[in-house]
Amino acid sequence: MSKRIGMEIALAAAEAVALCRPDVIAAYPITPNTHIPEHLSDIVAEGRLDAEFICVESEHSAMSACAGASGTGARAFTATSSQGLLYMYEVLGIVSSMRLPVVMAIGNRAISGPINIWNDHSDIMTMRDLGWLSLFAANGQEAVDMMIQSFKIAEDAAVQLPINVNLDGFQLTHMVEALFLPDQKEVDRFLPRRKPYAALHPDHPVTMGALGMPDIFTEATKARDQALVDSRKVILKVWKEWEKQFGRRYEPIEAYKTKGADVVMMTMGSMGETAEIAVDELRKDGVPVGLLKLKLWRPFPFEEMKKAVRGVKTLIVTDRCCSLGGPGGPLAAEVRSALYAEAARPVIENALIGLGGRDVTVDDFKQMFRQAGKSKGIYEFYGVRG
Amino acid sequence: MAQKKWPETWQEVTPGCMIFEGGNSREYHTGSWRAQRPVWDNAKCIKCGICYIFCPEACVKEDARGYFAADLDYCKGCGICAHECWPGAITMIEEG
Repeated sequence: MSKRIGMEIALAAAEAVALCRPDVIAAYPITPNTHIPEHLSDIVAEGRLDAEFICVESEHSAMSACAGASGTGARAFTATSSQGLLYMYEVLGIVSSMRLPVVMAIGNRAISGPINIWNDHSDIMTMRDLGWLSLFAANGQEAVDMMIQSFKIAEDAAVQLPINVNLDGFQLTHMVEALFLPDQKEVDRFLPRRKPYAALHPDHPVTMGALGMPDIFTEATKARDQALVDSRKVILKVWKEWEKQFGRRYEPIEAYKTKGADVVMMTMGSMGETAEIAVDELRKDGVPVGLLKLKLWRPFPFEEMKKAVRGVKTLIVTDRCCSLGGPGGPLAAEVRSALYAEAARPVIENALIGLGGRDVTVDDFKQMFRQAGKSKGIYEFYGVRG
Repeated sequence: MAQKKWPETWQEVTPGCMIFEGGNSREYHTGSWRAQRPVWDNAKCIKCGICYIFCPEACVKEDARGYFAADLDYCKGCGICAHECWPGAITMIEEG
């Protein structure tokens, strides 16, 4: 039986990870994800979880330890944020190319500078092209659910890829929320033990991470890309199973009151919750607006994207980071690519919001809805002074 | 697990490019990289084995009499053996 509890989301995410019975946890603290591994270390110390908790000296070592552990067939978990993610960067592509299903929570935080510890999505966006699956939680319940779903998705025989679950730093990690925490029996029923494709063992030697020269690199890259594209089917299957067992529905893009909407907003992560209220209030005033909440960032849901905007006149894509010197925000760039070949596509505007922890209120979202169609460039820094 | 020696197509690439047999670096002949080859003058060789120890390719082998020579299927011609040989018994000569 799931228990309804009130708990800080980072702690609840850690409880969810513990329910997945990881064998190895290797992490280095960095705000705002710290409470996740900190609480896991408590759980291990209390004897509630039989896992190896490795206090590493850096994030580079955290991801390297996870790679080694995962290579032996263990279930490995880590968590990080911002600069810590950048510090493990080198190993991220190695883990995905070696098809090691490591699960990582990212307490999203801006990349400095100026030095900033608050929330935006610039950390995860730097690693979007490294072959990891990537989910975005909009609230604490989704964070808990996605932690458990992630192990099943990543370890599926057809996937065998690492996955990250994104929780907005502070806005989610440090928020106390009422949520359902499944019990051990339920999670055991949902999540079987990992069956690795291959594992490092002296009796059965295998080589992982061998040199790939120009002769093979193109084929290896195509195989990696295809594995990521094909993982979509497994994600949808696992989400169906989750819905059947736990009653909560997950989709790559969740539509909120988009029926008959002329203007639709698109968000990732916790901002979707605030935007929902703005949609409710505007709908009450008779303004036909709607909301799309992206939950699956990699593999990007191109087909769902095309379907989601049918009949929409203006789509305001919000991004919580800027591709400096590029086309605005990374989500908008993806959405534009997804819809470019469509005969009837909405006008796409891109608002860069909530950078480095700046609050975006219900009124801000209403303001953005009202300004729809008036954007001057291909992207705008919403609310920028000057 | 059965595995092709070398995948032709992307479909044949194993997940993670894993290799399920040991010792297969022997099948990859790096000798073609070589521009110079090491030649031993056994009259100067004192059989100390420093060439054997320093060869990064581990392709220097000792014969029955205790002298050394490089396996040219693998020797990349890096010249480390000649550089390290303090009696000066190894000379690098141009290939071709």
